[in-house]
Parts: sequence; structure tokens; C-alpha cells
Amino acid sequence: MSGSVFDAGRVAPGTSSISIRDLSLDFPIFHGGARSLKKLLFKRGKAALTSSRSLRTGGEVRMDRPDGGPIYVQALDDVSVEIRTGERVGLIGHNGAGKSTLLRVMAGIYMPDAPNVDIRGQVAALLDVNSGMNPELTGRENITLMGRHKGLNTAQIRQLEQDVEEFAQLDTFLDLPVRLYSSGMIVRLGFGLATAITPQILLMDEWFMAGDFHFRERAEKRLSSVVNNTDILVITSHALDVLEEWCTRLIWMEGGQIRMDGPTAEVMAAYRTDMQVPDDKA
Amino acid sequence: MVSSGSPEHTGFKAPAPLDAAPRTRSRVMMACKDIADGFRLWRLAATLGWLDIRLQFSGSTLGPFWLTLTTAIMIGSMGLIYSQLFHLVLKDYLPYLSISIILWQTGLSALILESCSTFTRATETLRSVNMPYTVQALRTMMRCGIVFSYNLVVPVVVFLIFGISPGPDVVLALPALLLWLVDSVALCLLLGCACARFRDIPPIVGSVMQIIFYITPIIWEPKQVAAHAWLLYFNPFYSLLEIVRRPFLGQIPSATSWLIAGATSVVFCLLALFVFSRSRSKLAFWV
Repeated sequence: MSGSVFDAGRVAPGTSSISIRDLSLDFPIFHGGARSLKKLLFKRGKAALTSSRSLRTGGEVRMDRPDGGPIYVQALDDVSVEIRTGERVGLIGHNGAGKSTLLRVMAGIYMPDAPNVDIRGQVAALLDVNSGMNPELTGRENITLMGRHKGLNTAQIRQLEQDVEEFAQLDTFLDLPVRLYSSGMIVRLGFGLATAITPQILLMDEWFMAGDFHFRERAEKRLSSVVNNTDILVITSHALDVLEEWCTRLIWMEGGQIRMDGPTAEVMAAYRTDMQVPDDKA
Repeated sequence: MVSSGSPEHTGFKAPAPLDAAPRTRSRVMMACKDIADGFRLWRLAATLGWLDIRLQFSGSTLGPFWLTLTTAIMIGSMGLIYSQLFHLVLKDYLPYLSISIILWQTGLSALILESCSTFTRATETLRSVNMPYTVQALRTMMRCGIVFSYNLVVPVVVFLIFGISPGPDVVLALPALLLWLVDSVALCLLLGCACARFRDIPPIVGSVMQIIFYITPIIWEPKQVAAHAWLLYFNPFYSLLEIVRRPFLGQIPSATSWLIAGATSVVFCLLALFVFSRSRSKLAFWV
């Protein structure tokens, strides 16, 4: 990354950290009239004429304005996490347990200004398959955009392009719009891109496990070289064997809360018992 | 845009998941940092803007020149009809009309209408990549700037046909256009945030722009309402238009126009900073 004008948040090697204290996060769900300014103003006017009432009550899903105001879904409930350099963390839990939301908080996408969230280090996040790629543009153009986002100059972008081209092995498809790609091809490109520049903190959602067997082998090889150079790795996955192989620590999420946090073996044992997943190693 | 600027005071408080927590970092400072980071990524914004235009016109041989052609036909027919209606000499009227229409339709008006979708267009990016939000504002500005420059060909051709030259005063349009660029970033942040939260704002903005089109001297000239011309200054869009238009017509814009245009821009910027700093942390949930 030398010569880049935009080393966003890069800190001295070995000093990266993620610190989240007592974070709660409510998702506003807009439906019906909640998106309408006219309706909102009208309702405010009506409320001012009648008497005002308190708006917030407890509960998982809040319907404090049944007449169409936003509903809040609590995605994270009082979550505290400290992750230091050198840790390889896996997030496990049901669908909707808050894993991806927590990952997005760590990536600075949700609540970027929250005072109780402190992320130090340069972050790269592989959150969804498209990872901000524009499906109408060709793979090559998406590589250029990614390079520009990272603040690379034209020569560096050329280098990035070569690197990704070599890894993804998409041949002529690289010059076709991404929307024509199969999901496996998109993964190849997205994965190649995200791992081309070694970040200090790498966050990955489980999609990177897609792709054929041959690709997975190469992906793991590439990933291990990236992971060895990053300070912190956080991944979510339902593939327990992958987590066991990669992680030194597991965080088990349930209903937006942390149910268990500890060394991989310990948490995995408890999780397997709870889920009644037969332990294939026993 | 008072109509869409005011709701922020009331409507933007609703989805505030962290209101109770102490604010150790100032929201305004974070917003300023976002803007500064966005400007440092100007190359990215420029590339995004270019690609937007290319995608929009992919598959057509003429490309963005379709816009130029459409505008040329519209200005030609409007010039013929209105010069008859207003009893004006085509040689005087058509240059005025061509530059006015371009500055309004592909300049101010297009910018304001496009700025509404600044963030809603980029949903995927905002949800999956950590990128300064200002990049999207610069991208919209770039896109509008490109369309604008393609259309600028039309008045140039009209001026050539009639053998008119604006003279050296045309350089006075440059600082005015610079002011427009500042305004465009402010409007993208302001309307972009407001429209991400309230999806019925874009049609409201559309209607308001339609009204402003008729009350601003664009197809008619200020001198046609000679006695009441001072009333025009109550319309800030008149001044914003005048400071760019007059230099192209070889005239010097009045100091009053510049003063009002400058004050309007300051108001735009302050409103934008206020709204953007308040909505920034919620934008990812809104889009």
C-alpha cells in the first residue's frame, strides 16, 4: 500500500483492535406510510392537537406507532466485544442472531459515529457476494473502481488487475458485465479483489465458501497468506469445520446477544451440545 | 428548496438508536471528516460518474450526443414559437433562450432533480462498502457536469450561427460556475439525505422545480416585466442563474445578483451540513 494517498485508518502494525462496549442496535423498518413526509407531517399535526404520549417501550419488535411509523427490530442487544491483534474470531449462531449486523458494525457501515465503538486499523470487509460491485460493469472496470476506492494510482491498479486476473481465472469473462457471471464466478472475482490488498482487519461473511472444490482449495491457500499478514480476522460461517480450522476464539450469538465467548474448542463443544449436532470427531 | 429543507427538524429524530448514549465525538466534525475524505477520493467519484454516463448510453451510437440533439431540437422549436408569441427578433431571442434553457434544464434543474437520488442510487455500495458518503455526492456532481458540458455545444452553435461573440466578459462565468459546483455538493448531501428518508420528496421537488421554471426568467426576459423586475430578486434561483448567464451574453451580472447568489449558497451549505451530520449515521439503514 506504499504510495497510496488513502491509507484509511491504517495504524502501526500489531496495534489493531476492535472495541465495542454495551452496543445496542435497533433497525428501523420502514413500511407503509413511514417513508412518506406528507403522512408524517400530518400525523405530527394531529398528535400536537391531541395530547402527546411516550413513544418508546421495551420488547424485541416495537410497534409503538401502529399507524405507520417505523418499527424497530432490535438486532444487537447490549453487545460488548474486545478483540486484540493476533486473534482469529469466528461468529456462530442461528440465522438472524446478529452475526452479520455485528460484522457490519465492525466494518463501520452501521453506526459509524457511535462513541462506544472503537475500531483501530485498516478494515477490509467481504460482506456480501457483490461487495459493492456494479453488476452492469465488466469485471475489469469493477477492479479499477476498487483500486480507485483504495486510492491506488494507475500503475498500481494495473498491478491489482493482473493479480486478480491470475487468481480468478475468468479469462474472457473479465471483460463482460458482472451480471452475466455465475454466482461462483462472482465469488472468484470478489474474493480475489478483497484479498489482493492485505488489510489489517479482515471481516468476512460466509458467502466466500461458495465456489467449486478446486476454487476452494486455491482460495484457502490465498486466504492463509492474507490471514497470516492481517492483525485481526473475524468470520461468520455455518461451516463448523472451517471455523475450527481457522479460529482461535468463537463468539456465539443468539437473539442479538452474546451467549458465549471463549476459546474455539470450548464454545464449539457447548454449541454442538445445544444444537444437537453430532460431534463427528468423537 | 425551503419546502424540502424544513422537514429535517421534525422528521430526522425518529430512528435514533443511540440517542441516550453520550456523544463524545461531535457529529459535525465527523461529517466534515466525511466530506474531506470524499474529496480525497475524487478520482473514484470521477470514475463512477463517467461509468454512470457510459452505462446510461451504452448501445446507442450517438451516445450522450442524443442529449445534445434533443436539446437542439427543443430550443430550435421553442425559439421559433416564442419569438412569434413575444414579437421578438429571432437573432436577439434565440441566443438568450439557448443559453438560458441549457443553464436551467441541464444545469440547475437537472442537478436538483438528480441530487434526490444521490444515496438511493447507491444502496448496494452504501450497505456493503465503507466509503465516505460524500463520494456519492461528488459522483452525482460529476454526472451532471458531464451532461451539462455535452449540452453546452448547443448555445455555442447558436452563437456561431448568428455570429455573436460574448466577448472577454465571459470569463466572469467561471467563478459563478465554481459557485454552482459548491452548491451542487451541498444540494446532493441535503436532498440526498432527505430523499433517502422520505421517499415522497422527489416528486415534491419535481413539482416545485416546474413552478420555479415558470416564475424565473428563462423563456422570457426580465426586461419584459420592466417595472416589477426588482421583485425577481425574491427568487434566489433568478440570481443563481443570472451570475452565469449574463457573462455568456457579454454583460456583467449585477452586484445584487452575486450577493443573493452567494447568500443562497451559504444557506445551502449550512443546511446541508446540518442535515448531513444528523443523518449520516442512519443513512445505511434508510437506503
